[in-house]
Amino acid sequence: MTDLAIRHSAAQSVTITPRLALRDMKGVTKRNLLRIVRTPQLVVMSIVQPTIILLLFRYVLGGAFHVPGVNFVNFVVPGIFLEAVLIGGMTTALALAQDLEVGMIDRFRSLPMARTAFLAGRTLADTCRNVLALGFIIGLGLLVGFRFQNSVGACLAGIALIVTFGYAFTWLYAAVGLTVKDPQSAQMAAILPMFILFFASSALVPVSTMPGWLQAFAKHQPVTVTVDAVRSLFEGGPVYHDLWQAFAWCLGIFVVFFTVSLNLYHRATR
Amino acid sequence: MTDVQSHARPEVPPLIGARRETANERTGRQGLTMIEVEEVGKSFGGTRALDEISLTVDRGTVLALLGPNGAGKTTLIRILTTLLRPDRGRARVAGMDVEADAKAIRSIIGLAGQYATVDELLTGRENLELIGLLSHLDKKVYRHRTAEALDRMSLSDAADKPVKTYSGGMRRRLDLAASLIGRPPVLFLDEPTTGLDPRTRNDLWQLIEDLVADGTTVLLTTQYMEEAEHLADQIAVLDGGRVVAKGTADELKDHLGGNVLQVRMADRADLERAAALIADLGNTPPVLDRELNMVSLPVTDGTRVLIAAGRTLLDHGIALNDLGVCRPSLDDVFLTITGHRTGLSDEPNDESNWQR
Repeated sequence: MTDLAIRHSAAQSVTITPRLALRDMKGVTKRNLLRIVRTPQLVVMSIVQPTIILLLFRYVLGGAFHVPGVNFVNFVVPGIFLEAVLIGGMTTALALAQDLEVGMIDRFRSLPMARTAFLAGRTLADTCRNVLALGFIIGLGLLVGFRFQNSVGACLAGIALIVTFGYAFTWLYAAVGLTVKDPQSAQMAAILPMFILFFASSALVPVSTMPGWLQAFAKHQPVTVTVDAVRSLFEGGPVYHDLWQAFAWCLGIFVVFFTVSLNLYHRATR
Repeated sequence: MTDVQSHARPEVPPLIGARRETANERTGRQGLTMIEVEEVGKSFGGTRALDEISLTVDRGTVLALLGPNGAGKTTLIRILTTLLRPDRGRARVAGMDVEADAKAIRSIIGLAGQYATVDELLTGRENLELIGLLSHLDKKVYRHRTAEALDRMSLSDAADKPVKTYSGGMRRRLDLAASLIGRPPVLFLDEPTTGLDPRTRNDLWQLIEDLVADGTTVLLTTQYMEEAEHLADQIAVLDGGRVVAKGTADELKDHLGGNVLQVRMADRADLERAAALIADLGNTPPVLDRELNMVSLPVTDGTRVLIAAGRTLLDHGIALNDLGVCRPSLDDVFLTITGHRTGLSDEPNDESNWQR
């Protein structure tokens, strides 16, 4: 093989067609799904947390809350659906930090695969697991008295919005995992945005019950607008204002953290 | 023959041993540069990992980077495999720049060793097939090559077991197999045999030799003199981010200017007194090995010194276990060049270096 032949064939393989990129992503997704299936304890862990919150708010704290004009179960359960995908996304940070720590990322980066495929395959696999966990929590919600009250189409749209929201956040967690670089810190770092966004939102209590300075933040942040849109889709009522804001947040988070994560991946060193 | 594209042909060529060079290529092979490193420097924080390193590797040859931990071996490998950008200087693989042509380089290199790993939760077969797919080979080709690589690495029996059940040696073999799936003309092996038992290590050596006979260019790092001596056409000794010596094993040994006188004492108490008595006979100060109770001394006229040293020591009543003149080991070379011992050993014996 001559120098010229090597360079020629190398030059040919530089062009990665969308078809090849998709094939790479499928390969990486399959790898991550196999890992998820083979560590069922992690899947269980990501279900346990929202289960506890659900039972806590339904049976322990629920009696003390009174949200005027609504059934409290129907108010709080959609918020916990959203929490399930937020918690689930944390494993994206954990898994990437792990891949970085043991050198898997070096292996992938030395291959001629599409640059986006590694992260796209990660976030897609984690979204699959999110769907699974969400299915479980929805079942549990129905069991404790939550009811869908709108048309089937609207309710499915609500569930789709939760999944989309979760997908956008896996990219945020990807950036977290690639920044902190070790699994323990990744867990700590990932829990922070989750706690702030989830608890300072309308997921568990109406924003109007919060002090004014907190309201200013809580009213407009992504979890609040998304959970409000989801509630409207599940229960009926005006939805468009919250819905377009929720979509704008999802799109914004996706675009920003897709770019950031890709950059981090490209320069990833241990 | 365009190996990288071989998957486009109807028949599936074997993993190793399929390259048929034309007569032209064979004669033209020597002297063609496959890897070029020109004054490459890299710092981390304030620490200089690489300090203006320059070296070349000819096509179809093996260059061993020999040096202790922290000498810069892995940093250089990471730069050449496009994982790390150099701060200064230029590096080229097959004439392509590691920064400008990174993508193209990734399609013609294989990387194995301590920093490129395999997935513990996947089986050996799943690991190799994933690498094949991500190297953009056809399914038929990567399946075939995976089966062949598993067989060649004696991993067929464990092929469908998760890697976390593998021994250290099995992981290393799988890791090397993963780097071969794309049949890369250039192979980077970062301490490929560290922590392996002698038998497995010999198997890997044989494999690397087969690959080189096939025309593959190999750059490997090692802490073992024996490995560098056995595999490498050229050896570059690295210390503190610099190439402190370069040449064939023989050239490096000649650099010492002859032979080494070795005296092993029967009684530990005599070690220092003996060293002082024969110090004048050597080219450089004697080196004491307290563990072996031995003094080594680089000398020029071996036979004359041997007799003189024996007489002197006997006259002073020092009992000897062994007295002889031999060619210097690379360890002696390293010591002479850098002025310090490095923890380098001739025997790969502990796993602590690579298990993190």
